[in-house]
Parts: sequence; C-alpha cells; structure tokens
Amino acid sequence: MAEGRRLKGRDPLGLRRALADRLLPALVAAMALLAAFALAGADGAGRLAERWQQGEAGQLLLQLPRDAAPEPVLAQLSALPGVVSVAAVPDERLRQLLAPWLGEVPSLPLPQMLAITLRTEADQVALLEAVQGIPGAQLELRSEAVRLAMRLAEGLGTLSLAMLALIGLVGAALVAVATRAGIAARGETIQILHELGARDADIASRFAARLAWLCTLGALAGLAIAIPALWFLAMQALPVVLARDAVASDLPWPLLALLPPAGALIGWGTAWITLRLWLRRLP
Amino acid sequence: MVQMSGVGLRYPEGEGAALSGIDLALAPGSFSWLLGPSGAGKSSLLRLMSLSLRATEGEVVVLDTRIAQLKRSGFPALRRRIGVVFQDYRLLPHLSVYENAALPLRIQGLTEARLAADIREILRWVGLLERADSPPAALSGGEQQRLAIARAVVSRPALLVADEPTGNLDATQARRVIALLREMHRMGTTVIIATHSEALPEEYPAPTLRLAAGRLVSHG
Repeated sequence: MAEGRRLKGRDPLGLRRALADRLLPALVAAMALLAAFALAGADGAGRLAERWQQGEAGQLLLQLPRDAAPEPVLAQLSALPGVVSVAAVPDERLRQLLAPWLGEVPSLPLPQMLAITLRTEADQVALLEAVQGIPGAQLELRSEAVRLAMRLAEGLGTLSLAMLALIGLVGAALVAVATRAGIAARGETIQILHELGARDADIASRFAARLAWLCTLGALAGLAIAIPALWFLAMQALPVVLARDAVASDLPWPLLALLPPAGALIGWGTAWITLRLWLRRLP
Repeated sequence: MVQMSGVGLRYPEGEGAALSGIDLALAPGSFSWLLGPSGAGKSSLLRLMSLSLRATEGEVVVLDTRIAQLKRSGFPALRRRIGVVFQDYRLLPHLSVYENAALPLRIQGLTEARLAADIREILRWVGLLERADSPPAALSGGEQQRLAIARAVVSRPALLVADEPTGNLDATQARRVIALLREMHRMGTTVIIATHSEALPEEYPAPTLRLAAGRLVSHG
C-alpha cells in the first residue's frame, strides 16, 4: 500500500491518465520513421556527392606534349596549395584505358598524362593558373554530367534536411496539441497546485518530463521500424549505385541514434513552453 | 497579518465592481468571521487574501508582504504560508486521501521519510487515518471537508482562510469542522471564515466583518 502511495506521489497531476500514452507515441513513431528516412536520404546524398567529388578529383588529368619534360611540371604542380598528389600515368596504363576504344595499337604515339588529386574544388583555380603557364598543357576539366549529378545530390541532401526540419515542426505541433489536451483534462488540478504554492517551473517540469518520455518511446518505436526498412533499401540500392553489397556501416548510425534524444528534447521543450505560457494567465 | 486599504476588485468579464473601498486589518493570531449574503463578495475577498486574485485597486498586504510589489517568482513561497479551505473541497480525485493531504508538503520539497509522520498525525487529527488509502470520492461530504482542512493546515500555515467550509454539511459535521478550525486558531494560526450563516457566529462568538454588495459595512 505504501508503495502505491509513493508511486502516485510521483504523479500528483495524474498525467499518466491525462496524457494519452498510446496515440502520441504512435504519432511520434511515424514522425521518427519519416525523420529516419530523411536523415538517411541526406546522409546518402552527401556520401554520393563526396564520392563523386573525390572520384573526379582523382581523375583530373593533365595532358603534356609527348616531347615535354614532365619532371619540372610534376615539381611545380606538387608545390601548389591543395594538391594532394601528382603522378605520371604510365604508358602501359594509358594503352590499357584506350584499348576498349582504339584496340591494341602499340605504335600509336600517346601524349604524356599526369594524374592530379586535389583536396577541394577551390584548388582548381590555382591549378588552372599554373597550367596556363605550361606550354602545350591541356587540363581535362570536370565533366558537365558529373557536375549536374553532384548538384542533384546536393539538392537531395538539402531537401532531406528541409524535410527533417518540417518533421520537427510537425512533431512540436503534435506535442503542443497533446499538452493542451493534458491541460484541458487537468486544468483544475493545475490551478489547485498553483494555489497551494507550486512553482510554475515545477508544474511545467512534470508535464515536460511526461511528454519527453512519451516522445522518447515514440522515437524508439519509429527507429525500430526504420532500421530494418533502411537496411532493406541499402541492400537493394548499393549493388546498383556503388556496385557492391551493403554493409552495416552504410547506415547513418550516429544520426539515427540522435533521433530519440531529439524527440525527447522537442517533447520537453514544447511542453515546457506551452505550460509556461498557460500558467502565466494564472494570478 | 492582513491589511487592505481602499481595495477594489473588478473582474474582466464583470459589469460592476465585485469589491470596492475595502479597508480592513486582521491581527496576527486572530479568529474572524466574514459574513454577508450570497454574492456580497466574500469569496472574492478571501481569494484576494489567498493570492488567487489580484486587486484591481488599493493596497493589499498579506503576511507583511505588499502584494502589488511582489514579483511573480515570490508568490509560490508566500502561498505556501497560507492555507485555504473551499466550500467545494477542491480535492484531487485521482489521488488518495493520504496523497491529497501530502500535497502541500510535497510541493515544499519534503522527502517521503520526512513527511510521512506529519501526514499520519494530521489525518489522525481530522479522524481520517483509517481512510488514508481511499479516494476522496469514497468519503462523505463531512469527511471530504475534513480532508480539505487537513491539506490546508498540514504545512502549519500562518494564515488560514475558509470559504463557506460548512456550506455543504449537516449541523453535526459543521460543528466538527468549526472545532478543527478553532483548534488551529488556538495553535496560533490567523483564521478567517466566510459564511452566510448567522448561527455559527452566534454559537462561536468572534470579531466579524460584514460585506454587502462588495462593500465592508461593519468591522469589529
């Protein structure tokens, strides 16, 4: 009996009954599921753009006349800021690359090619300036198709983040509605506690803690559904996009792990603000 | 203890003034009756004293604190020094008798170990110890009012205001409730009881304040 008293004592507002413990977590679970997809989308788009960026940088080729001496150019370009590496492409490797188009033509004179790896996009400016000073040198610039693909990937990433923000706002609105329902159910109780000398912060904390708990439960439930779904998508998409099987590290675990605390924070903060605004109407 | 000078109260939605020109003083440790017909403004006056309403004019001093100058953050601590008993009890239906009586002490932040003895003592005092685990709905009207008194006095307030505490009770239960409130007064609490009954002040003589149409018509 004493235990029963203690347990009730932790809930003087009767919030366990006043605040729906099924509907809100279910709605938050749906929000968390969408948020997980949006996060995975943003992360995937980011990784794809990064891969294309790195791939492009690695494929930057500088063509030199056949009779030019490559050593001074290698030394000059290696000293440029942002250049990770500069290396001559061996003749055999060039012939291998051209074989599918030209066939085996050992007598074909080939120009000298230097493979340049850059750290960032901005470094191309310095490189272009340097190349202009090298007689007969031609730089293979980034292809327009890849540039468009990267822009698309970046756009998808931005869209995913916008979706995430929208999901957060809808989640906060849900919590605000649930809090108002709780206030409607326990308005008189809140007034009595207020008149007995309870501080606004204490009353708001009770609501906020309950809402944070319900949101955490909802976010965990949403994650429990999202993870198998994302894994299934990764297994389907990666063999096509990256020509390899999915591995566990393909899922954005750190970002997904942030969802329950983010849900709790949104629940706590929204309930706290809603309560404090309502309590200000009391004398 | 309580002082009012030129106090008026106008509800935002009301047409006229609920109270006007109230001047009164309650001495520390006094016991007073607040008399007047229904609608005279008794509840409004008590709500000003218990800080659940703010005067729209004049000056109110409660427990040596000028209410108009008190910041919002200062109200909870002051309210904890005031016990309030309502005609309709205002108990929390989802809590047990014990939990209802314990509320003021829990609000003060007392631990379970520190408050348990006080709760048992106060419930024994009002004759409800055996009903500690019952919900308020299982109590009779008189028992509910005694529980409301237990909740009001468990934190040993300096001021106790009771608004028609016997309004819903039969004569026997009403005497028992008044006896409890007079006992609180004997222990040093300033007590003011609002009633529309003329019989109670005759049975228990004490200084009276008489309200009519929102004005204090006699004080003494």
